[in-house]
Amino acid sequence: MNPDWVNATLGGLMIGASAALLLLGNGRVAGISGILGNAFKANRSPAQVERLMFLIGLLAAPLVYWPFAPLPALSMTTSIPLILVAGLLVGFGVRMGSGCTSGHGVCGSARLSRRSIVAMITFMATGIATVAAMNLL
Amino acid sequence: MRNLTSLVSGLLFGLGLIISDMVNPERVRAFLDIFGAWDPTLAFVMGGAIVVSALGWIIARRRSAALFGGAMPPAPSPEIDGELIAGSALFGIGWGMIGLCPGPVIAALAFAPWQVPVFLLAMLLGMWLNSQRQTLMIRART
Repeated sequence: MNPDWVNATLGGLMIGASAALLLLGNGRVAGISGILGNAFKANRSPAQVERLMFLIGLLAAPLVYWPFAPLPALSMTTSIPLILVAGLLVGFGVRMGSGCTSGHGVCGSARLSRRSIVAMITFMATGIATVAAMNLL
Repeated sequence: MRNLTSLVSGLLFGLGLIISDMVNPERVRAFLDIFGAWDPTLAFVMGGAIVVSALGWIIARRRSAALFGGAMPPAPSPEIDGELIAGSALFGIGWGMIGLCPGPVIAALAFAPWQVPVFLLAMLLGMWLNSQRQTLMIRART
């Protein structure tokens, strides 16, 4: 078993490679909130099929990973109100702010986009503040 | 070829999230917990991802078109507006509450406990609500 930071760096390099592949191959930004938000619009354009293919790949990743190593056990809250409110905020927020950790974080900030850097600082800051506030409750 | 590229890219993204354990919500929340038991793992993931992604942009700058056809993305807009700030702020609050963002939700869906599909439904509803808001705003302007 590798130390965590090795697996983290390895995983990060793979995520970066995924973004570079989509950019150089297809000229697309690997922004998952954008891909997901546009994936269910009712049209059958080639771009739409490409979005669905990306999502299928992402969804299938555990099935490809599973034969080689055990999948991680996930730990998270079981509070239904918390899950629903957080889900609404994340869905609404990423579309209003035109991106999330992938689009602004991995892709936009890597091309030094001002908007993406501002977005990343903003969601990191409110994320940190939220965790700190919940710890105090 | 474009479809295959998208599929492989999605797969690689998901494998990276699983190997780095970024599919684990409490792990992500621990990164945001800088005043508590801080876990720096996410910084290694983000750092590795940004380095390779930046190399991609450097190569892309010298090319006029993508390898499998189509244009490269346009230059990013420099304009910072209220929607960008407000949307990102709301996203960060939801992210901090639970430790999930859109990528890990999809990558973990196949093996996650019941909370993740419930979160996904709420997230899709949130996305839909924002599209309704945008439609209303466009209508109000005309």
